[in-house]
Amino acid sequence: MSDEHIISIQGVSKEFAGVKAVNDVDLGIRRGEFFSLLGPSGCGKTTLLRMLAGFESPTRGEIFIDEQAMSAIPPHQRPVNMVFQSYAIFPHLDVRGNIAFGMRKSGLSKSEVNARVEEMLEMIKLPGYASRGATQLSGGERQRVALARALIKEPKVLLLDEPLGALDKKLREQMQLELRALQKRVGITFVFVTHDQEEALTMSDRVAVMSKGRVLQVEGPMGLYERPTTRFVADFIGTMNFFGGTVREAANGTASIDAGPLGQVRAATQDEAFTVGAEIVVAIRPEKLRLTFEAPGPAVNVAEGRMGPAAYLGDRSHLYVHLTGRDEPVAVAMQNEGRSAVGIDQTDQPVWLSWADDAIVLLPDE
Amino acid sequence: MAERAEVSAARLEAPRLGLVDRIRAAAMRHEPIRGYALLSPTMVWMLVALAVPLAILVTLSFWTQNYLDFDRTFSFNNYIVYFEKPIYLKLLIKSVKISGAVTLATVLLAYPAAYFIAFKVKKNKLMWLILITVPFWTSYLLRVFAWKVVLGFNGVINSGLITLGVIDAPLEFILYNPTAVVITLAHAWAAFAILPIYVSLEKIDRSLLEAAADLGEGPIMSFLRVTLPLSMPGIIASSLLVFIPTTGDYVTPNLVGGPTGIMIGNIVASLFGKANNWPLGAATAVMSMFFITLVVCAFLWFTKQVRERVA
Repeated sequence: MSDEHIISIQGVSKEFAGVKAVNDVDLGIRRGEFFSLLGPSGCGKTTLLRMLAGFESPTRGEIFIDEQAMSAIPPHQRPVNMVFQSYAIFPHLDVRGNIAFGMRKSGLSKSEVNARVEEMLEMIKLPGYASRGATQLSGGERQRVALARALIKEPKVLLLDEPLGALDKKLREQMQLELRALQKRVGITFVFVTHDQEEALTMSDRVAVMSKGRVLQVEGPMGLYERPTTRFVADFIGTMNFFGGTVREAANGTASIDAGPLGQVRAATQDEAFTVGAEIVVAIRPEKLRLTFEAPGPAVNVAEGRMGPAAYLGDRSHLYVHLTGRDEPVAVAMQNEGRSAVGIDQTDQPVWLSWADDAIVLLPDE
Repeated sequence: MAERAEVSAARLEAPRLGLVDRIRAAAMRHEPIRGYALLSPTMVWMLVALAVPLAILVTLSFWTQNYLDFDRTFSFNNYIVYFEKPIYLKLLIKSVKISGAVTLATVLLAYPAAYFIAFKVKKNKLMWLILITVPFWTSYLLRVFAWKVVLGFNGVINSGLITLGVIDAPLEFILYNPTAVVITLAHAWAAFAILPIYVSLEKIDRSLLEAAADLGEGPIMSFLRVTLPLSMPGIIASSLLVFIPTTGDYVTPNLVGGPTGIMIGNIVASLFGKANNWPLGAATAVMSMFFITLVVCAFLWFTKQVRERVA
């Protein structure tokens, strides 16, 4: 256990009636970072968070918070606080009563607590809300009050269980930025659970992607997007085109791969040693493919196809291209730089796709 | 603009409606009309079965009993008698005290049972709720008699304790006194107290309790600061549901109360029965109602103060 880790999760599993919700997870969360647990519903991210809060206890393994083993410590004695998915605002108390709820044992006088509450209201940009009833608050306001109620305790770690899920899109994007700025200001470690990959990428220093109770990859947003190590991560984060491939040549950190409809592709192999003849997965992001209506000259990485269906999304379009020898069309993203979408009405026209060498991601075949 | 023009051209003529359709349309447009329509069977029944008899009772209380009929001239005589003879008010106050004790005992006994079903029973909640109503499957009278058997001089408790050698002579303080009335009524009304408390506990969002724990409160303080205040509506409903009817009860005091356990209901019953003085009985009943209303208002005011103080 290194000193930079405020939370250390060691070999933790959680079973519910024989089903492994969390399966042998090892994870270190650094002091002061914004850390996200990302995954589809049922992947175990919420269970893991609830184990940090103490509402569930691990079937196996141990959780350390600030070098202290947590298995014998009940929720009300842990140095963490949580923002619940439903916010769990006490309906019988006003905003002040909610925010000050955890301050009973703080040793502060009533007026000191009230002053702290006012500070918190200032921080969450709801000044003058102290005597509002809990039932008079909107969704966004409840979320802020829940945040203030947890932060007033100055926890070592703040746990957030999909706190933005119930908000509409605009408010959610605003709260993402605010939450991120707030975290930088207070310097408390945030552990944030979400199923929204965009949200995780926007806010986090590092993200752990979970699937079926396991942590598949822990990395910063860019690393996760550009260098996924598994097909699941590549597919879950953003959009990805996958091709089956066979390694033909591998030397000096680059490999030449026979990728079916894409033809021969070359890619950097990073650290993994790919052996000649191995079956692998070749992946490429839609925005890294360049689509042209004429052959792009003597480039190395070119594939010819026909235009398929297209979807206009306003700022960009998703075009689908049929390549011979492949049932599923290849997705291509195009920025709509002019005021009309290129290629939208060009169904069945011959098109060419080209890409740079470093656009290709190689993944192990599972 | 072109599309706007199309829409206005397509506007339809409002149809001419018959009377039935017009009533229907009015009902569709006005939410309150539908509400009253839905309530009307209940309201008619309340009028016939509650308001009318109550009016008769109040009218009766201003008449005077002759031997075989009523003197229908308006008079306050019954109320003067009521306040002049100490027995009526004394008995009323005693009744309020006894049913206050019954209410307290019932709610205190009911709360843990309701808490258990709401929080600890994970499946078959319905079965537990039905089990609570099982005593009601037998007659109220039978249950009171059963308590007589349990509490009596040679009853289950006394003979049991004597057999065990705990006592030499039967305990006499457990039957034919107010304690016996409290025990019997608390048992009889338990289900009426459990159900409202259960409903209010069941409604509490479990994440609120987790939030209380998360914010540093152990089980006892979480209960006092979250569960208890949020279940107050159930506690209030239970209290009223038990207090109001038991104040006027006369079967239980009659059977297990003995001479000291008599309540105001017994007097009302005898005035309408053996004493054959309906107008005085009516006046006594009206005064009981008035007094109980006062007590209930005071109780509601008090709980409101407490809740505001806590919040």
